[in-house]
Amino acid sequence: MTVISSAPSMRPVSSGGTSLKPGFADPVFDAQGVFRASLVATAYPGRIVPLDRTFAAPRPFSPATAALCLTLLDFETPAWLDRQAQSGEAASWLRFHCGLPLIDETATARFAIVTDPLNLPRLHEFASGEIEYPDRSTTLVIQVQSFTDGPDTTWTGPGIKESAGVAIDGLPSWFWSDWDLNSELYPRGVDVIFTCGNALMGLPRTIKVEA
Amino acid sequence: MAYVAVKGGEQAILNTHKLISESRRGNPDLAELTLAQISEQFALAVDRVMTEGSVYDRELAALALKQAQGDAVEAIFLLRAYRTTLPRIALSEPIDTAKMTIRRRISATFKDIPGGQVLGPTYDYTHRLLDFALAAEGLERPNAELAREPLDGATPRVIDLLDSEGLIEAESDDRAGECFDLTREPMRFPAGRDQRLQNLARGDEGFMLGLAYSTVRGYGGAHPFVGELRVGEIEVEIVPEELGFPIVVAEVTVTECQMINQFRGTAATPPQFTRGYGLAFGHNERKAMAMSLVDRAMRARELGEDVRYPAQDEEFVLSHTDNVEASGMVSHFKLPHYVDFQAELALVRQLRAEHAVTRAEAQMKEVAE
Amino acid sequence: MSAGTTMNHSDNGYNFAYLDEQTKRMIRRSLLKALSIPGYQVPFGGREMPLAYGWGTGGIQVTAAVIGPDDWLKVIDQGADDTTNAVSIRRFFQTVADVAVTESTEVATIIQTRHRIPETPLKEGQVLVYQVPQPEPLQKIEPRETETRKMHAYAEYGAMQVTLYEDVAHFGRIAKTYDYPAIVNGRHLMSPSPIPKFDNPKMENNPAIQLFGAGREKRIYAVPPYTSVRSLDFDDHPFEVQTWKGSCALCGSTTSYLDEMITDDRGSRMFVCSDTDFCNTRQAEAASAPDDKAAGEDA
Repeated sequence: MTVISSAPSMRPVSSGGTSLKPGFADPVFDAQGVFRASLVATAYPGRIVPLDRTFAAPRPFSPATAALCLTLLDFETPAWLDRQAQSGEAASWLRFHCGLPLIDETATARFAIVTDPLNLPRLHEFASGEIEYPDRSTTLVIQVQSFTDGPDTTWTGPGIKESAGVAIDGLPSWFWSDWDLNSELYPRGVDVIFTCGNALMGLPRTIKVEA
Repeated sequence: MAYVAVKGGEQAILNTHKLISESRRGNPDLAELTLAQISEQFALAVDRVMTEGSVYDRELAALALKQAQGDAVEAIFLLRAYRTTLPRIALSEPIDTAKMTIRRRISATFKDIPGGQVLGPTYDYTHRLLDFALAAEGLERPNAELAREPLDGATPRVIDLLDSEGLIEAESDDRAGECFDLTREPMRFPAGRDQRLQNLARGDEGFMLGLAYSTVRGYGGAHPFVGELRVGEIEVEIVPEELGFPIVVAEVTVTECQMINQFRGTAATPPQFTRGYGLAFGHNERKAMAMSLVDRAMRARELGEDVRYPAQDEEFVLSHTDNVEASGMVSHFKLPHYVDFQAELALVRQLRAEHAVTRAEAQMKEVAE
Repeated sequence: MSAGTTMNHSDNGYNFAYLDEQTKRMIRRSLLKALSIPGYQVPFGGREMPLAYGWGTGGIQVTAAVIGPDDWLKVIDQGADDTTNAVSIRRFFQTVADVAVTESTEVATIIQTRHRIPETPLKEGQVLVYQVPQPEPLQKIEPRETETRKMHAYAEYGAMQVTLYEDVAHFGRIAKTYDYPAIVNGRHLMSPSPIPKFDNPKMENNPAIQLFGAGREKRIYAVPPYTSVRSLDFDDHPFEVQTWKGSCALCGSTTSYLDEMITDDRGSRMFVCSDTDFCNTRQAEAASAPDDKAAGEDA
C-alpha cells in the first residue's frame, strides 16, 4: 500500500485579479504539526508553544493565526472575523483555502478570529455552548502583540502544575473580568487560543486567572 | 515459557490471514466464483449488502460477499469501511419514485389501481419446495412472456390517491435541503425523521424484521396495510454548481414501501391514516416493509401516542439497529480481558473467603447456642 | 471540496494515517474541546474503520488525528505489546502511516492502550490514547443517553454513589474492580475505560496528555496534564487499589499489576507483570547487574 504523505503543493492562486497567498505547502503534515502544537498549547495552558515551521500569512494574520485557521477550520465551522480581519486579504484567503462559511453573528460562531483585540466584542456575546452540550461553544483565536510584555497575570487550573505567570499584551481592560464571568458558566464557556508571531498559547475555560 | 503462548505473536496473526484465505477458497479443484456470478446469481444477497453497507455498487458488494465467504454482516462491514474513505463529491437530488420504471408494484388496499397491479418477479406465490432440478447445471429456464405494451411512464403512488381526500396525513418537507447524515454526525436525540429513516435503512434486516413483527403482536398496536410496494429502476440526479441544472449520474434499483396505519386523531386533528416509509437498495421487500413498520412505530411520540413498547422507543431502536456496531461490540469479548478478569477474580476470591468465615462463625454460634 | 483531501484508491493508496483530512480536522476540534472540559464526553462524527467496533476504533481515530512522521508509537493491550490486538493495531499504523514503533514506554511519544496505564511514569508531551468500549459511566444505572446527558449537565451523580453504597451494604466494600468511576477536575464523572482500579491513581496529576476515544459510541474525552482525578469513595470506605501477596515471577516487582498464569492442569499458577515493557526492562537491568537479587524470585 502506498502512503500518500501530501497533496500536490499549493501555489499562489489568482482570485478576482488579486493573487492569494498559498495555503499549507504540505496539507497533511503541516496541519498535523500545527495541530500538535495547538494540542500541547491547550493541554499546557500559559506556555508559549512555538510552531516548528513558518508560513506566509495573508494580511492581517500572523503566521500562527493563519496556520491555526488552515488546521482547524473548514466548511463545517461557521466563523466570525473581526472587522480588521475582514478588511485584509484574510477573508478571501480563508474562503478559498478552508471553504469557510463566514458569518456576522458572534453567537453562533464555532470560531472567532480576532486580530484587533482592543475592539473585541464582550465574551458573553460569543456562543458559550448548551448545558447538555457545553462543547458547542466558540473557540476564539486572538492575535496579540506579545506574550511577555503585557500586565502580569497568574494562571491556575488543569494543565498547569502549580501556577503560570503570563503577561499578554494588547487585551482590552475588561478582558480578565469577563474571563471570570466565563468561568462562572462552567462547564459552559468559550475557549481561547492566543497567537503571537509564530507561537500559540492556550486558555481553555477551566483556567482561573488572577490579574 | 508457557505464558508466552497466550500473548498473540505477530506470526500467529499472519497465519490466521493465510488460513482464512485458504478456507475462503475451499476445494481448489472446484471453479472459483466470479464477481459477475455473485452479482447475477446471488443478486438478493448483493442487494442486502449494498443497502446496509450504504454503497450502491453491485461489483463492490459482490467482492465484499466473496471476501466474506457469503457472510452478509461481514460483507456489510467491509463495504462500510471502504465507504468512509471515499470523498463526498456531491449531494444528489431527492429521487422521485413516481417516475420509477416499474418492475413490480402491488397494493393491498385497493383491488384495482391506476397503472394496475404488477406482480413482477417474486417468491410470494411459489411453493417453497426444494427444486431439485436446480441442482443440475445448464438447466433450461422458462422465459416469461413480455407484455404487448409497456407500462405507463408515470405511475402515481397509491398513497397519493388518498391524499386528495385528506384521508392520509400530508407528507411535509420540513427542512428544505438540510438532511441529517449520521455517517458524518453522531446520533442525536430526540431524532428527526430523516435521522431515523437513515438509521433504519442502514439497519440490520433481521433486527428490523423482529421489531416490525413485535409491533403487530401487541407490542406496538400497529394495524398496517401495504398502501403500496414498488420495485424498479430510478435515475439519480445531481446539480453541479457550475451547471445549475440536474444531470443523471446513475440508475439504481430500489424497493419502496408505503405502509398505511390508522390514527385515531386528536382534538385538533380528525381521524386519518398515517404513513410509515421504507426504502431499500435493490430488491428487498422484507427490509422495506419491516422498515416502514418500525418507522411508523417510532412516530408515536410526534403523533401523541403513548410510547410503551420497544419498537416505539427511538433511543432503544436507533442505538441497536447497526449490525456493524453490534457485531463489533459482541465480538470484542473475544479480545483478551485478563487484566480486568484478574481484578474480578481477586475480588470474588476475597468475597468467598469472607463468606466462608462468616458462615463458620454463624455455625459456631448456632452450635454454642 | 476542501483543500487537502487526498484520496486515491486506484493505486490502493490511502491518506497518511488512513483518515481523510476533513475527518482529522473534525476529530482534532473535538480533542481540543475535550481538553477544555476535562472528563466531558464530546460527541464526534466517528467513522467506520477497517477494524471492528469494540476493537479500538475510537483509539485508532484519535491516534490517527494526532500522529505525525516524527512520532514513536507504542501500542499495548492488557499492558502487553505482543497481545493480538496490540499487534494488529500497530501493524495498521505501520501500514497506513509508516510510523516508527517502539515497545519502550520511555521512548514512545504516543501510547495507545487498552485496559492498562503503563507502570513506568509518563512524561510531559507524551500522549496516552485509551480505547474505550463504553464511555458512559452512568450507563449501567441509566441506559438512556437523553437522561445521562442531563445527569452530567447538572452534576447529578447521586445515583452512582447509591450504587456504590449498595455494594458496601451487600459486600462490605465497593465491588468495582475495573472501569472504576472518577470525578475529573472536581466536576465531571468519567469512565477511565476498563483499566483496573489499580491504575486509577496514575491518571491524577499525570504530566502526560490523556485522550479517550470511543468509536462505536462516538465520544471523545480527555484528562489534561496535572488535573485532579478523584476515584469515588466514602469516608468510611476510602478508595484502595489491588495488592498482591507475592511479586512478579519474572522480574520480582512488588509494585506492578500482576497477571495470573495457570501453568498446568493441576491448578498451579504464577504471577507476572501485565506490563511487558516494564517487566522486560527490569529483567534486563537485573541481568546486567548480577548483584540485584530481585529478579527471578518466586511469587
